[in-house]
Amino acid sequence: MSVLPFLLRKEFKQIFRDHNMLRMIIVIPIFQLVILPLAADYEIKNISLAIVDSDHSDYSRKLVEKITASGYFIIPVAEESYTQAFEYIENDIADLLLEIPANFEKNLVKEQNESLFLALNAINGVKANVGGSYLGQIIADLNQEIRQELIAETRLSPIPQIEIMTMNRFNPNMNYNFFMVPGILVFLVTMVGTYMTSLNIVKEKEVGTIEQINVTPVKKMEFILGKLLPFWVIGIVVFSIGLFLIARLVYGVVPVGNIGILYAYLFIYLIVVLGIGLLISTYSHTQQQAMSLAFFFVMIFLLMSGLFTSIDAMPAWAKVIAYLNPVTYFIEVMRLVVMKGSGFADLKWHFGIISIFALVINAWAIMNYRKTS
Amino acid sequence: MNQFLTFVQKEFYHVFRDKKSLLMLFGVPIAQILLFGFALTNEIKNSSIAIFDFSNDEISRQLVQKISESSYFEVTNLTISTNTPELDIEQVFKKQAAKIALVIPRNFGHELMHQNKAQVQVIADASDPNTANTLVLYASNSIMDFQKERTGISRFPYQITTEMRMLYNPELKGATNFVPGVMALVLSLICVLMTSVSIVREKENGTMEILLVSPFNPLMVVISKAVPYFFLSLVNLTMILILSVYLLDMPMNGSIFLLYFESTLLILTALSMGLLISNVTASQQLAMMISLMGMLLPTLLFSGFMFPLENMPEALQVFANIVPAKWYYIIVKNIMIKGLGITAIWKETLILIGMTSFFTFLSIKKFNVRLT
Repeated sequence: MSVLPFLLRKEFKQIFRDHNMLRMIIVIPIFQLVILPLAADYEIKNISLAIVDSDHSDYSRKLVEKITASGYFIIPVAEESYTQAFEYIENDIADLLLEIPANFEKNLVKEQNESLFLALNAINGVKANVGGSYLGQIIADLNQEIRQELIAETRLSPIPQIEIMTMNRFNPNMNYNFFMVPGILVFLVTMVGTYMTSLNIVKEKEVGTIEQINVTPVKKMEFILGKLLPFWVIGIVVFSIGLFLIARLVYGVVPVGNIGILYAYLFIYLIVVLGIGLLISTYSHTQQQAMSLAFFFVMIFLLMSGLFTSIDAMPAWAKVIAYLNPVTYFIEVMRLVVMKGSGFADLKWHFGIISIFALVINAWAIMNYRKTS
Repeated sequence: MNQFLTFVQKEFYHVFRDKKSLLMLFGVPIAQILLFGFALTNEIKNSSIAIFDFSNDEISRQLVQKISESSYFEVTNLTISTNTPELDIEQVFKKQAAKIALVIPRNFGHELMHQNKAQVQVIADASDPNTANTLVLYASNSIMDFQKERTGISRFPYQITTEMRMLYNPELKGATNFVPGVMALVLSLICVLMTSVSIVREKENGTMEILLVSPFNPLMVVISKAVPYFFLSLVNLTMILILSVYLLDMPMNGSIFLLYFESTLLILTALSMGLLISNVTASQQLAMMISLMGMLLPTLLFSGFMFPLENMPEALQVFANIVPAKWYYIIVKNIMIKGLGITAIWKETLILIGMTSFFTFLSIKKFNVRLT
C-alpha cells in the first residue's frame, strides 16, 4: 500500500488551511488576468498631432481635413505659431508636429514641388514611426489626388498604378484582447506553478519539518509526487477559471479550436513548470533564495516568450533563448488554437518539444533532489 | 549610534553571505538591461511573409525581389504556381509559418504593362492586430516604392515631399523608454520585496523575538535592516546608469545630482512600504505576495514603460496617479533624455516628496514592538 494518498491528503490540508495563501493563489491570477489585458494594449492609437497651417489655402485645408478624417490622430487646438506648437511636443501634449509652410499651394502648383515639415517626438520610437507612416500615407494620398487633378487639366499620360487590396484574417475586428488574453493566461499558470512549488518545498526545509519526513520510510519519488500533484491540480483549476470565467465572460474570448487540445497541452506543460519549481527548490535553502531564483527565471521566461514583443525581431542569439523557453511554445499553442483553430496535426512539433522539456527538467530535478542535506 | 552601526554591519553580512539572493539584487537589473537593450524590441522587422506568385513574369519577379530585399520581411514561403491559393494560405497561417501573405494574381505584369493598372492582394494574419496593421503598411509602402522605381521617373510632377526630424531620439532606440522603467522597477523590487521578506524571515524563524527583547531600540532594529538595501539600491542605480550610458548609448543630458536626489525619494518611499508590509505579515510567502501585488505589479503596469498609459481605460489612468513609479518615470525621462532641470519637474518632485513623507510617517506610526 502506497503512502502517496496520505501524503496528498496532508498537502491539500496544508494548502486549504492557509486561507491567506489560498486567496493569493486564486485572487492574484484572476486580478492580473482582468487588469493586464486592459493595460497591455499596444495598439498604436491616440497619436496626437499638432498642425501649424501657415498657408490657409485650399490644399492645406484639404490636408488637415484628410488627417482629421483618418481617425488615427488626435489633434489638439490647431496652433498658429511654430514655437507654440513646439511647446506641445516638449510638454508631451503632442507626439508629432506638422508644419504647412506659407505659400504651400502656390509653390506646389508653380514649381511642381514643395516640402512639408514634420517633427516627431521619438522617445517612443514605435509611436513616432507608425505615426510618421500613417501621416506619410495620408500625404501621399492627397498628393495623388492633387496630381490627377492638375494632370487631368494638362492631359498628360497616366502613370501605371498597382492597386493593393488588403484583407485581415482570423481577427477581422482587430480586437487586441483576443491576442493578449490567451498569452497572459499562460504566463499566470507559469508563475503560480513555479513560485508555489518551489516555495512550498523550501519552506519545509527552512522551518525544519522536511527532516521529519526524511527520517520516515517515505520514498523520494512519493514525496516529490505528493508535493507536485496538488499544484498540478491547482494549475488546472487556475487555468480553467481563467479560460472559462475571465477570458470568456469578461473579454468574450471563445477558442475557435478544440479545447481538448488546449488541456492536453496544459497537462504536459504543467509538468514542465512544476519541474522547474522543484529544480529551484533543490538549489535553495531559504524561501528568500527560492523566491530570488524563481523571480529571476520567470522574469526571463516572460520577457523572452514573445508575449509582449515579437520573437521575429530578436537577434539570432536571443531567438535561441526564446526557443529554449517552454513558455514560448505554450503561448504559441494557445494563440494558434484559440484564434485560428489549429489542430493536432499543425501542433505535432509543439507537443514533441514540450514533452522533451518535461522529461529533461524533471529528470534533472529528481536527480538533484537529496533526502539528506 | 555605535550599536546601530554594529547592527547595520550584521545585516550587511546577512545580505552578502546569501549568494542566491544576490542574483536577485544584481542579476535582475543586469539581465533586464541586456535583454531590453539587445534582445527585445517593439519594432517589427524580419517578419515572415508568404508570397504566392501566380503570374511569374518579369515584373512580378522584380516585385518579389524587392520585397525579399526589405529588412521588414523574410520570405518563408514562395509559391510560384497556377493553382487556387485559398487553401494554401490558410495552412501557412495555421502553422504560424507566416504573418502576412502577398498574392500576385495571374497576368499581373501583362495588365500593368497594357492597362496601366494591376492588382495585388495583401492578406494579414490579424490575430496580432498591431503587427498586422504595421505589416500591411510596410508592404504597401514597399509596393509603392517598387512602382516608383519601375516607372523610372525620378521626380513625379507636383511632388509633395516631407522633411522629417526625429526629436530626442533620432536613432529610434528603445533604451530611452525602458531604462527609466527598469530603474523604477529595480528600486521597488529591492526595497519593498527584499526588505519586507528579510524582516519577516526573522519573525518566521523566531529570531525577531530575541532582537526585540534586547535593550536596543526596536525601531532601530528594523531600520538597520533597511540600511543595507538603501545602499544596495544606490549601487544598483549606479550600475544601471553606467551600463545604459556606456553600453546602450543612453544620453545623460541633465544633472546627475538631481537624478540621485529624485531616486533617493523613490527609494525612501519603497523602503517605508517594505517596512509597512513586514509589520502586517507573519509569513514570508505572504509578505512576498503583498509586495508583488502592492508595489511590483503597479510599478510594472503603471509606470508606462512596458504598457502605454494613454491606451488604458480612464479608471486605470486615474489609479496610476497614486503609483510613485509613474512620477519617477516622468522625472527620469525629463532629466536624462530631455535634459530638463528642476523647474520643469517641480510638480512631479513635490508629489513624490508628498508620497515619501506619507509612507514614512505611516510605517513609523504602524510599527509594533510586540509580535502578536
